[in-house]
Amino acid sequence: MTSSTIRPASDYPPGGDAFRHRHLTGIAQLTPWEISYILDAAEEWVELNRSGAAKHDDRLAGLTIINAFFENSTRTLLSFEIAGKRLGADVVNMHAAQSSVKKGETLIDTAMTLNAMRADAIVIRHASSGAVQLIADKVDCPVLNAGDGRHEHPTQALLDALTIRRRLGRVEGLTIAICGDVLHSRVARSNILALTLLGNEVRVVAPATLTPPAMERMHVATFTDMDEGLKDADVVMMLRLQNERMDGAYLPSAREYHTLYGLTPQRLEKAKPDAIVMHPGPMNRGVEIDSSIADDPARSTITEQVEMGVAVRMACLDILTRRQRGVPGWN
Amino acid sequence: MELKPLHIVNARLVDGDTPRAGSLLAVDGRIAAIDPTDVPDGAESVDARGQWLAPGIIDLGVFATDKPAFHFGGITRAALMPDNGPLDGAGLVERAAKGGKPDLWVHPLAAATKGLEGRELAEIGLMKAAGARAVATGRGRIADSGVMRRVLAYAASLGLVTIIHAEDEGLTAGAVATDGEMATRLGLASAPSVAEAMAIARDLALVEETGAPVHFRQVTTARGLDLIRAAKAKGLPVLCGITPAHLFLSHTAIGDFRTFARLSPPLRSEDDRRACLAAVADGTVDILSSGHDPRGPEDKRLPFAEALPGMAGAETLLAMGLNLVRDGHIGPGRLFEMLAATPACLLGVEAGRLAVGMEADLILVDEGAPWQVDAKKMAAWAGNTPFDGMPVQGRATMMWKGGKRIR
Repeated sequence: MTSSTIRPASDYPPGGDAFRHRHLTGIAQLTPWEISYILDAAEEWVELNRSGAAKHDDRLAGLTIINAFFENSTRTLLSFEIAGKRLGADVVNMHAAQSSVKKGETLIDTAMTLNAMRADAIVIRHASSGAVQLIADKVDCPVLNAGDGRHEHPTQALLDALTIRRRLGRVEGLTIAICGDVLHSRVARSNILALTLLGNEVRVVAPATLTPPAMERMHVATFTDMDEGLKDADVVMMLRLQNERMDGAYLPSAREYHTLYGLTPQRLEKAKPDAIVMHPGPMNRGVEIDSSIADDPARSTITEQVEMGVAVRMACLDILTRRQRGVPGWN
Repeated sequence: MELKPLHIVNARLVDGDTPRAGSLLAVDGRIAAIDPTDVPDGAESVDARGQWLAPGIIDLGVFATDKPAFHFGGITRAALMPDNGPLDGAGLVERAAKGGKPDLWVHPLAAATKGLEGRELAEIGLMKAAGARAVATGRGRIADSGVMRRVLAYAASLGLVTIIHAEDEGLTAGAVATDGEMATRLGLASAPSVAEAMAIARDLALVEETGAPVHFRQVTTARGLDLIRAAKAKGLPVLCGITPAHLFLSHTAIGDFRTFARLSPPLRSEDDRRACLAAVADGTVDILSSGHDPRGPEDKRLPFAEALPGMAGAETLLAMGLNLVRDGHIGPGRLFEMLAATPACLLGVEAGRLAVGMEADLILVDEGAPWQVDAKKMAAWAGNTPFDGMPVQGRATMMWKGGKRIR
């Protein structure tokens, strides 16, 4: 198969020219080949992670990675922590709940503190859009965005692209329906950017109250009717619906949402017969997705996404620290 | 010390459509003659060297008494918004009015409601007696239409104009940007621009009902301006204003989460920006003001949605206004109507024009002088300008308040 999203290594420019960014703050900064460069690098780590007992590579030995999570997270934090440790780095986790952020310290001051501790990479999650960029501008080491407000969650989009590529053999020319609370979702924004950039037809299927404005400017078609939106889709990407959206402000009730927008086996029949179903987790079973779909290994990629998450984050940590590590060609 | 008569010669007077060669005499703090034939002995003579001689700028609706910035910008009078305080009592108004002495006029605007909470009428009459020149709703509007109606009728009965902020609070709750591609890409909570027109429509209906004069401090959307245009055609006592930000910047300025471009109302689409320029050109917009609202890093060096809105605008107001002249939207005469004459009229002060009997609040303007806006070197106490780095032309080189040189 000829595919521009699966490239031979010789296709990329040599050394640091293949990925010129100091930080990973969003998909918006990336080119299509930079995305596939990360995906190709991640493939290598998938193999390592599956290789039994010795899942270890010590290329980041001696480096300190700080996971600064200003917003609660279990899986993303764990994923970054495992990724860093598998690469041999010293990983430190900072939870906002235990930190001076609660004591009124400003975000910039916190960033300067982390910087003074000579971290070699900082992974940040924050509840406010743009917070990661703000920190990235102030520190000397690479910053990885692990989710900022409703802005971006780039490693999620990368792991989703990798999952699609491995399942369907390519991640271009596909029809991908992103369904649910797109308005409040950074996962949706990063995925829309990445998947349109790679040459897919992206649809947004959401209640009118949860569809962001000016979607057409992001080159996606919007649907409020789920059956219509799923028609002939290769990929159905579900989003988590936060409980607080279902209290009447955006949606009348969880029950109504499930009836109109829940992914049921009947609905999934509108999509292509071999369509895959994705979910960034954690799932609300019985609200946005039925258990029978979530647990069907032929359709659901949910656990595979988690697996790809570790590999993609290993790839990102490796690539972004090459300059400090003095990898030849990366200066 | 006795004030010597002031004789400014070799100036180009901005007292008509275009500046014309002339001279001006001020005696006892007031303009005594234009192109005087005899000048009293002992008059101090100032050679303007061909610069524009214009009325001092009257900046309607600032949020801080920031003298260095006003002096840099050629602003001799500032009408202070009631938000800090808030200015809802006679004592506070009296103190605010003294805040500019001796070299700046501060005209406090009375809070329309107690605590600016939008529920109970503030003591507008007592505040007027203490020096308030108009009434204002502050940074937000009065949500309750019944309260708003009573405010308008009451202020009008006291001969005061009500200055209104027009945004529907239901639509704008939580929003920090205008609906559109930019807000969506950045993941910022946004509100439709029609929030402005909806608020204007309600208040225009109340103006029609009460006959009360109003000024919409900032009208920034095509639909809002259409409503104003129609209201004026009907003969309603309506004025509206704008700040340079909405004339020279669109929502793309918030890219990269630039908090200096977080304003209230938020920056609009390019179509709306062009509509604003057209409204300045066709006379729909009456007043150009700075909305001066200096904010330090503790308010601005934050994630976009957590930063507070506002910009330090006093220093760039004149240069940006001159841009409108240079771009051919308006002439110099109309610019100073928007910057001085109309605000003076609204506030009921005898200033804002080069005419005999007016207070001699004067500025000399080197209209071509090039300089660069630099957020790090502002005279204002904070440099939160969205025009940072922009090359501009035109600045005030000298200024007088009541015939007394202050710069």
